[in-house]
Amino acid sequence: MTVVVIAKVWEIPPGERKIVVPFRGRAGIGVFNVNGDLYALRNICPHKRGPLCTGELTGHIDAAAPPSAGEAELTVEGDGEVLRCPWHQWPFEIATGRCLVDPDVRVKTYPVRIDGNDIIVDLDD
Amino acid sequence: MTPSADAPQQRSAASENGHNPANRSRAAAQPVNGRQSPSPTHPVIDCDIHNEVSSIDQLMPYLADYWQDYIRGSAFNSPHANDYPRGAPTSARPGSAPAEGGQAGSNLQLVREQALSPWNTEIGILNCAYRVQSIRQEDLAADLATAANRWQIDEWLTPESRLRGSLVVPSQTPARAAEEIHRFGGHPQFVQVVLPVRSYIPYGNRFYDPLYAAAVEHDLVLGINFGGAPGHPPTPVGWPSTYLEEHAGMAQVFQSQVMSIVVEGVFDRFPDLRIALIEGGFAWMPSLMWRLDKEWKGLRSNTPWVRRAPSDYIRDHMRLTVQPIGAPPDPRYILQTIEQLESDKMLMFATDYPHWHYDEDSDAWPVNLPEPLNANIWSENARSFYRL
Repeated sequence: MTVVVIAKVWEIPPGERKIVVPFRGRAGIGVFNVNGDLYALRNICPHKRGPLCTGELTGHIDAAAPPSAGEAELTVEGDGEVLRCPWHQWPFEIATGRCLVDPDVRVKTYPVRIDGNDIIVDLDD
Repeated sequence: MTPSADAPQQRSAASENGHNPANRSRAAAQPVNGRQSPSPTHPVIDCDIHNEVSSIDQLMPYLADYWQDYIRGSAFNSPHANDYPRGAPTSARPGSAPAEGGQAGSNLQLVREQALSPWNTEIGILNCAYRVQSIRQEDLAADLATAANRWQIDEWLTPESRLRGSLVVPSQTPARAAEEIHRFGGHPQFVQVVLPVRSYIPYGNRFYDPLYAAAVEHDLVLGINFGGAPGHPPTPVGWPSTYLEEHAGMAQVFQSQVMSIVVEGVFDRFPDLRIALIEGGFAWMPSLMWRLDKEWKGLRSNTPWVRRAPSDYIRDHMRLTVQPIGAPPDPRYILQTIEQLESDKMLMFATDYPHWHYDEDSDAWPVNLPEPLNANIWSENARSFYRL
């Protein structure tokens, strides 16, 4: 079992992230604190291998209808729960790794746990 | 003028730009069925036959007294979009102008002989290009639309049961257009509402919602047809100098409308709306779908109401008629284009009578395709889409 201590808990407060690069000679991983829950994602976008974890945080953006006649109802649900790759802006749900624009695309996720003050990522599947 | 200026400058063999026509398959360029008369053995549905109003006099009996008086007392004689200039070879195939005078496509007997008989056409869908949409007087536009639709019933649909009609509506005032759709939408032979592809406001805008709601309510297809005269140029970069630019370039207007309709969410607001793209060609569609899908992924947050890939909406809701075909130098390219559409449901046979896009009737659809694609294009896609 390959487990790695990524950070102390105070290093990644809610809304923050820590990217560990390089990591085993690869592009590394990013650990995100989303409203108190920790998630780890591979720092390689499955689309074109961009540095996904360096992208902007956003939310589930939705609309009831096109915003051309005063009934836009444009909404952002769960701000901070979605990560956009800096290369082509493909959005990924941090909690699941699911790509929001292509159901066949998913970024690899890793289990994260807290042991005392340590944030620990399990690198094995 | 020097003699060489008259002759088209054709490059021979391979040229410096890499164009190498010798690579083409010559065998595939032969006429597809080897017959001079097409007489296909399969059913044929022609999705684009034009029925033209030759003169405002034909509509006068259907107009309110006020407008009859107005027309007699003014220089107004018809809405002029001039989509099909008389002198242009594309406007009318030889022999399609009635001997007694009037516009090509204005005579039912000639339509029977030249458009319905050669293919033993089971059903022909009329696209009346009477452009009331370019009339600024809203009441005149609405009354002329009603008159044109009554004229279509009396002069075309009632006498010829093989024909189906397209409602002319004043789309510049969508509420009035909706009234017109409600007036005639129950007529069993009207299967479509026809709009010119050149519009004052892009068709994705909510401005048109009343029109779309009415079309959906009456289960009518929305047909978007070549031409129109909304007052601004037919290209996004200004006015062209020649008809060639306007005519061949109309494909870019179709692309603008497809983008607007999908991206502004028309199909999300009207999940039952079906749109036929008529007389705009089809070879441009694969590249438009590729680009829209690609950019939609990165710009998803820009259009959150577009919930599926744009190509998915297009394949679900849109169909294209085959004429005018791009006439690629190798007919195999047509099959390649259909493969790139990634659907055998999207194309519908059409002659675009009386416009002249091919010389022999057998060239109206110049490729033999495998079944069921072949039957789909000749009839079944239209039968299903128009619910015929």
